[in-house]
Amino acid sequence: MVKETSWGSRLFDTFNVIILAVIALITVIPFIYVVAGSFATQRELLEKGFILFPTEFSLEAYKYIFSTSTLMRSLGVTIFITVAGTLINITLTCLMAYPLSRRDMDFRSPIQLLIIFTMLFSGGMIPTFLVVKELGMLDTYWSLLLPGAISAFNLIIIRSFFQQLPPDLEESAKIDGASDPGILMRIVIPLSLPALATFSLFYAVGHWNTYFSSILYINDSTKWPIQVLLRQIVMLSQGGSLGDTSSLESNFIPPDQAVKMAVIVISTVPILIVYPFLQKHFAKGALLGSVKG
Amino acid sequence: MGNPIAAVKPAMTNVYRRQKLRRMVRNKWLYIMLLPGLLYFIIFKYVPMYGLLLAFKNYQPFLGFVDSEWVGLKHFNRFFGDPLFWKLLRNTFILAAYNILFFFPLPIILALMLNELRSQAYKKWIQTMVYIPHFMSWVVIVSIAYLFFTTEGGLVNEAIASMGGEKVQFLLSPGWFRTFITGEVMWKETGWGTIIFLAALAGVDTQLYEAAKIDGAGRMRQLWHITLPAIRSTIVILLILRLGNFLDTGFEQIFLMLNSLNREVGEVFDTYVYTTGISQGEYSYSTAVGLFKSVVGLVLVFGSNFLAKRFGEEGIL
Repeated sequence: MVKETSWGSRLFDTFNVIILAVIALITVIPFIYVVAGSFATQRELLEKGFILFPTEFSLEAYKYIFSTSTLMRSLGVTIFITVAGTLINITLTCLMAYPLSRRDMDFRSPIQLLIIFTMLFSGGMIPTFLVVKELGMLDTYWSLLLPGAISAFNLIIIRSFFQQLPPDLEESAKIDGASDPGILMRIVIPLSLPALATFSLFYAVGHWNTYFSSILYINDSTKWPIQVLLRQIVMLSQGGSLGDTSSLESNFIPPDQAVKMAVIVISTVPILIVYPFLQKHFAKGALLGSVKG
Repeated sequence: MGNPIAAVKPAMTNVYRRQKLRRMVRNKWLYIMLLPGLLYFIIFKYVPMYGLLLAFKNYQPFLGFVDSEWVGLKHFNRFFGDPLFWKLLRNTFILAAYNILFFFPLPIILALMLNELRSQAYKKWIQTMVYIPHFMSWVVIVSIAYLFFTTEGGLVNEAIASMGGEKVQFLLSPGWFRTFITGEVMWKETGWGTIIFLAALAGVDTQLYEAAKIDGAGRMRQLWHITLPAIRSTIVILLILRLGNFLDTGFEQIFLMLNSLNREVGEVFDTYVYTTGISQGEYSYSTAVGLFKSVVGLVLVFGSNFLAKRFGEEGIL
């Protein structure tokens, strides 16, 4: 019998456990610092610099944020974009994935080829911008909702998922007189709920974090999602040469550290709340995505 | 004696055609469902591809796309003749090389470490923590970096100052730019990157380890002779895929970290397209730059796919 745990092996285990704990801490401490800082008073932040637990608990930063209309409006925009965008994403993706999963449909492979090609080559930023502009979507929420309405990648994966469902179910439903949309609604979608939930989440996180498309398509600062505002607030007071500050109102007072931290917290909190519940789905979705569609 | 097959053939194609038509009528709902998605791909993916022709025109907004005059390769000549072209190429190249050199091995190492843990509960706990930053936006990550490294009350600079050191302009000096870009990617994506390697490791036959133990192999030898070979193909394919996206240096992140002082080392193709196209309104010229990048990218993807197949992998296409 071979000895299970030699001295060297145990030493290795101990080190491994410790190093991993350090890595995990390095990952989360910046977040904890930001959350703690958002509840601290400006005085404590200035005196101590680094705190993980504020001794003078203060809600000032949040009170300030919730009293400003700018931030609340941005938050509202982001919530709207996330909900509406995800609904559009998942509806359009399912509608397209289902016919493509049906082997008895004609023109299936040319259409799929057309879709896969868009993953390899694209018109790029300027031509896409001009299309959005020509459609009159600049400065409207449509510009944040429609140009990314379907992810070719997710579409192909969901199609593969639909394809794996037993065809007998569909056939018997057909004999019972169900139409194709009926089959999609009553059989295919209910059977694929876990996969669809995962992809809805990926889509939703994407909308919540959306930044660049708003910079590109939205000039009107009243329609800015929270991420754009966050950037303005945090980087504005870092010296005039940074970023373009011209887009902010001239009477905007640079906020203190605690407020900046509170804005970071507010713009991530929804993700942090759903995260623990969905961790296993996320991981599964990532694997689905990394295995060839 | 006529050829019977020749006589039957037209009749057969007619039958096929009629069957196909009947099938299409029967499946009419499928086509209706397909319609919104198809429209999406045509309007937002294929029309912009057609719009790439702008790169060969002198786009005048008041003339419109069709009436703007053709100028051939003028914009490309201008771009390739500009010393800026080499600067962009160099910046993109160095950032991509940093990414492969410093970031790429990390998820593999972390996955191997996680795999050696005996306690599954502890493993889960560590995984939960290291996945978190992946779901944060780049704005949040860059904002946190600012809070830590700014000279105006930033944590790190305060610490340096309190120890009597001189404050460092981390965010404004070109010398630190690449370190920050790579460091942020390492911090954000290392944990998430382990997922695929952990999945590969979970597929390793445990009997191999038993056999190795009986042969007297220590843990390092097991790692070297069983674990690493087991994930070798995953490593190779991911590396090749990464090469295929060589030019795609996280655009949003770079855009957010850029300022007038570090532009010299930070400007890459994508950010340049944005500045010249959207900010300065030079649509045709920046379309040409973007087209150059897309074409090189396409060549890289096909090249890397070819490589992947040479390595006996399935490839991505």
